[in-house]
Amino acid sequence: MNNIKIYIIIYISFLFMIAVACESILPTAINDDELLDGPIEGLNNEQITQFSRGDFAFNNQIFTTESGLGPIFVSTSCGSCHFGDGKGTPENSIIRFGKLDSMGNPYQILGSPQLQYRSITGYSPEKLPINALFFKVVPPAITGLGYLALVSDSDIISMSDPDDKDNDGISGVVSWGVIPKYLNPNINSIQINGQYIFRFGKKATSYNLFHQTVKAYNQDIGIASQQEPIDVWSGHEIEPEISSQTVIDVHAYLNSLKAPIQRNQSDEEIINGKKIFVNIGCGGCHKETLKTGYSDIEVLSNKVFHPYTDLLLHNMGSDLDDGYTEGSAKTFEWRTPALWGLGLSPNSQGGKFYLMHDGRANSIEEAILMHGGEATLRKLNFQNLPSKDKNNLLKFLNSL
Amino acid sequence: MKIYLYTIKISLIFIFISFDLKALNDKDSNNILNMDAVYNRPLIKLDNQSIAIGGYVETNTQYSIKNGISEGFSFQAKRLTLFFSSTIAKQLKFLSEIEFESGGKEINIEFAALDLEFDPSINLRGGIFVNPIGAFNQNHDGPKWDFIDRPLSATKIIPSTLSNVGFGIYGKYFVSNWVLGYETYLSNGFDDKIIYNAENRTSLSAGKANSFKFEESFSGTPMFTGKIALRNRNYGEIGISYLKGVYNKWQNDGIILDKKRNVSIIALDFNTTLIENKLNINGEVAKVFVELQEGIAPQFGNEQVGFYSDIIYNIYKGRVLNWENAKISLGFRCEFVDFNVGEFYETKTKIFDEIWSITPTLSFRPVGSSVIKINYKYEINYDILGNLPKKIGSIQFGFSTYF
Repeated sequence: MNNIKIYIIIYISFLFMIAVACESILPTAINDDELLDGPIEGLNNEQITQFSRGDFAFNNQIFTTESGLGPIFVSTSCGSCHFGDGKGTPENSIIRFGKLDSMGNPYQILGSPQLQYRSITGYSPEKLPINALFFKVVPPAITGLGYLALVSDSDIISMSDPDDKDNDGISGVVSWGVIPKYLNPNINSIQINGQYIFRFGKKATSYNLFHQTVKAYNQDIGIASQQEPIDVWSGHEIEPEISSQTVIDVHAYLNSLKAPIQRNQSDEEIINGKKIFVNIGCGGCHKETLKTGYSDIEVLSNKVFHPYTDLLLHNMGSDLDDGYTEGSAKTFEWRTPALWGLGLSPNSQGGKFYLMHDGRANSIEEAILMHGGEATLRKLNFQNLPSKDKNNLLKFLNSL
Repeated sequence: MKIYLYTIKISLIFIFISFDLKALNDKDSNNILNMDAVYNRPLIKLDNQSIAIGGYVETNTQYSIKNGISEGFSFQAKRLTLFFSSTIAKQLKFLSEIEFESGGKEINIEFAALDLEFDPSINLRGGIFVNPIGAFNQNHDGPKWDFIDRPLSATKIIPSTLSNVGFGIYGKYFVSNWVLGYETYLSNGFDDKIIYNAENRTSLSAGKANSFKFEESFSGTPMFTGKIALRNRNYGEIGISYLKGVYNKWQNDGIILDKKRNVSIIALDFNTTLIENKLNINGEVAKVFVELQEGIAPQFGNEQVGFYSDIIYNIYKGRVLNWENAKISLGFRCEFVDFNVGEFYETKTKIFDEIWSITPTLSFRPVGSSVIKINYKYEINYDILGNLPKKIGSIQFGFSTYF
């Protein structure tokens, strides 16, 4: 009899454990439209395998003193700045500094253009020189970049209007630059006087995602590669600290990240908000729809997508003029950021918004109100909206 | 030099006090403290030999789901540990503990120390020993615990099992219902991998992996570890422990490279048994302080904290099948670690980098030295910014036994 009691206790306890551990209380999956990370649907086996390798290198490869970190650096891994492939915060800002005039950049010997404000033991981190001009940028979201990389040069040029010939007050400017020797121009790229269209970065100073990847390893983590072999501390060429295969895998990862998915698309207020977005002229710079050209990743080829950017530089006014610039952008010019994924920004920014190039805006509304220059009229249109329309517009932007 | 002076002072205080206290027979089980765990194990003595041997094994299965995505089903051979004890001569003992982790992927000498016993109140120990920081670090054998995983705070904050080479003294005093124990050691310490490591955070467990720690001190400066534990035979035990040492290479060949940067841990542990020995409650709180070099905070934390508490209730004791003194227990563990205590400088928001976890358990002990465990562990992981956490649910089944 005693034994039977024991068996019952064991049995009940076991059932209890199983019940406790049943599917209903195991962690459930997060909806795909709530996540920024993840691959484009339809990649083939080889592409998925490379994506996974790139994902690991991007998010899990932590650089240490043994693997080449620094000696001066900003971060120890790619994923440390782009949590969940989303935007970063002012806490892990990149600081670019220097001075550009006819005498060149006198701050180059002090580490310009990027401030590596952390260092390994035995080295001193760089300090921002007194009187140096600088701007800070929060790390951008990296999802959907493969689509933006495939917008044809001719489409970008067709959206530009440097002299504002259509008199709409918007005069998007193409960022032209000289590509480094290790890059091959894209198929059908347009070249003028040896310069190509640069489209990535807040000042549009990167030609393509490979260029951006190589620069970020070097400038952000202090990792010399075959492509950028200069040690950020000594300024001397050193042996590569990362394999070219890893750089290629990370490039493939960035190319194959899915585009953010808009949420609640059938919500009436959001539909109305989208109409208001168009009506008050936001779409003049934040172009809703672009299309890709040919890609050897079949699922990216000739696709229509909705990033809400024109990849052009615009005058954003004196309040957003930090006095320092890079590439062909003027100090008051910034490249139109894509708005897709905007509403998910807090998911990678610790539950808060840090918008605009340096994270100075803590809400979407604050960000709109900080627009100046070419966007001044659109800002005024927004301010004059009835509160219901304003809320619908904000709801739409938050759904992206 | 300060650390030597402190150690000598503490030692002298204990020696002085010992003359006023009555020494009892410390073999009495009521006199056993957590710090005695290394010798409080089942060992088999070979006939006519001074050597005794023993060991334990821990293995389990695990099925995990992280944010709704299955991590799959795994079998884990966590560790196989062998003990060798030898009474070399009267009042001269040697004990060693060799651990094979994950099927031999890591082989560690956790303990290999010679004890010279003058008196229960004063003993000398030299060799490789587990630093007496917290309770779990010294009392970590799988068969003693009703949970499959080791506590987070005792692995991620205090890097159990932290062992080092060095020398020290330990002893116990007995007054009425009270037992007071102490340990103080100087040993090699951590290296700068507590900062520059693959975990991307300040991590003492990463620093523990220094493979040269039994050869030389990375900093060239001894690390101090000390513990005082007080036990009331009716109520339980409380211990407070402290560790402090330099972790960076501050000089090389007489050339000063950097200022000395310290790492320190303070830990409080407790255990008690109530309701006619049916209810056992134990736990540990630990706080870590690290002097960082300029600029690397807040990505790397200069302060960490962690705690765990286990509550085990014995629901049945008696015969099960052919086991006369089998035990069935239900238990619950609650634990928390914060790898980076503080606020961000720029945004003035809280730094997260935290793990919360709860684990209900059902354990069956056919005999005292063996335990079969079923656990359900639910863990919530926050990144440094406190973004949407990773939620991990694990169902574990395993056993652990001395042999």
